[in-house]
Amino acid sequence: MSKQLRRLWTEWTIALKFLREGRAQTVMILIGVAVGVAVIVFVTALIQGLQTNLIERTLGTQAHIRLLPPDEINLLLPAAQGTVQLVQEDKRAQRLRSINNWQQVAATLDQLPALTAVSPVVSGPAFARRGDALESVALVGVDLERYQQIIPLSTYLLEGQLRVGAGDAMIGKLLAENLGLRVGDKLRLETGQQSAAIVNIAAVFELGVRELDARYVYLDLKQAQSLLNLPGGITVLDLTVEEIFTAQAIAARIARLTGLKAESWMETNAQLMSGLTAQSMSTNIIVVFVALSVAFGIASVLSVSVVQRTREIGILRATGATRQQILRIFLLQGAVFGLLGSGIGIAASYALVWMFNNAGPGLFYIPISSTLILSSLLLATVTGVIAAAVPSRRAASLDPVEAIRYV
Amino acid sequence: MSELGHEVLRLVGLRKSYNIGRPNAAEILHGLNLDIGRHDFAALIGPSGSGKSTLLNILGLLDKPTAGELYLLGQATSTMDDAGRTALRGAAIGFVFQFHHLIQAFNTLENVLMPLMLAQGKPDAAMLERARALLAAVGLEKYEQAKPNQLSGGQQQRVAIARALITQPALLLADEPTGNLDTHTAAEVFELFRRFNREFGCAVLLVTHDPRLSVACDRTINLVDGLMVSDTPNSAQQ
Repeated sequence: MSKQLRRLWTEWTIALKFLREGRAQTVMILIGVAVGVAVIVFVTALIQGLQTNLIERTLGTQAHIRLLPPDEINLLLPAAQGTVQLVQEDKRAQRLRSINNWQQVAATLDQLPALTAVSPVVSGPAFARRGDALESVALVGVDLERYQQIIPLSTYLLEGQLRVGAGDAMIGKLLAENLGLRVGDKLRLETGQQSAAIVNIAAVFELGVRELDARYVYLDLKQAQSLLNLPGGITVLDLTVEEIFTAQAIAARIARLTGLKAESWMETNAQLMSGLTAQSMSTNIIVVFVALSVAFGIASVLSVSVVQRTREIGILRATGATRQQILRIFLLQGAVFGLLGSGIGIAASYALVWMFNNAGPGLFYIPISSTLILSSLLLATVTGVIAAAVPSRRAASLDPVEAIRYV
Repeated sequence: MSELGHEVLRLVGLRKSYNIGRPNAAEILHGLNLDIGRHDFAALIGPSGSGKSTLLNILGLLDKPTAGELYLLGQATSTMDDAGRTALRGAAIGFVFQFHHLIQAFNTLENVLMPLMLAQGKPDAAMLERARALLAAVGLEKYEQAKPNQLSGGQQQRVAIARALITQPALLLADEPTGNLDTHTAAEVFELFRRFNREFGCAVLLVTHDPRLSVACDRTINLVDGLMVSDTPNSAQQ
């Protein structure tokens, strides 16, 4: 074994000397590999950055999973044996209903390791009135401490204090503008069931989504429950998960576990998801084809090198090199092309990313992960070795007698 | 080393054909028998196309015979695989070609060390010392860092001889080693073979066209059309 390793030193030395001697060829293929790897790394990092940014923006104002009470359906008597039943039914209107037993459900979900936060929410429609102005709004009753783990309201705060309860409410920026409200003003909230309340504006926030900023009114859980006539009940359980792309699977599991309707962010943002998938697919296609052209470049350079070095291969064989040693000498050259070329390429893509982050349009930030760097180094090196396989085998199979006479 | 005592190489009924099974099939060597002893200094002569180089390649385990057996240091070689043949070639045989055949990417010292490096890896102090001693023996101790293309033809051939001797081979095979050199340089190179035969006790088999060289050897083997027509000791010896 150690003898093999000691011999590897010689093979390595010969491979490097060959590369150094064929300087022009080596430099050209290194540039080729570097450009390819730079494209792969930059495009991958760009798309990763873009997607992370899109998802972060989307999930900044959404729970990863929303648990809702199951839809109400018409209960039908099953048809008697041997008869056929024709039914014409009207779908039932979905009233605002509470999740049954939500305290126990929330306690159970708190135990699930896959979930990072559970927040009970009661939400329903209402009107906000100030003087003659009337706006339709969505009341959202929250337990502020728990809700903050789902949506970090403090980061969206424009003015005022983050506070609900004791008649305090927080409203969106557009609603505040439409009704001419400032922190400290009063607002009358009306729901259909003859119940109304007057609340203090404790804070104005801006979530960055027009729909929400024009309609959301955050209240204390209890006050919202009484306004919406759902004493002690909640209508939604908001959940977050550790790994956002597992949301779909976890939602399905929770739906089975609780019998509730579970919607993951991936379902509610299906368009975004299909956009991301298409984007990833086109990135992968680019990566595969660039990698292929890099591989063929390495293979062709080494093929030429084998022909050029035919006589030297013969000499090496006559001075004691085995077929395996010749094979490894050329495989190592392929590996060096891959490793060194990708090293240069990664440095170049770093420069590109730096330029994008510091001098570019500033749309979003591109991170370069160490996983991406390591995997592209590894991928390029393996590609180099695989590309070198065919020329290396030809070099190893050369007949030393003919090779040595080759001019 | 060998049980056969002073014998380095033995050929028994050696045949070599090319293009077997095709219309242009041809037998080059027609059943050769030959013994070469430990201290032999033999010339292999013959007209062009007589099969000298083919025989030399077979003796050097670079090529395989079609039939017959080649014993090197008492070991039958026909059943060995590539790794075994390469190992035996590396240990027992030194090659010198007509064209020096050095590797351009390496300097003189590294070229001399190449057989040892291929077999054992990074050279240690003992290997370096041995390589330098051989370079000194061929008079090139000042050129150990030079690249082959910075040396003259005669100097390159002397490097190739040093390389052939680095493994302390039992048999040195030389394919027209002076064919490319002027007469003065050729004589110097020939003297080196003589000296190493005498000092290191390695057998030498020298393919040559030059009658002046062949008569200076101890023994002349004459190959014509793949047949050994004569194998005679030369009388005029020191």
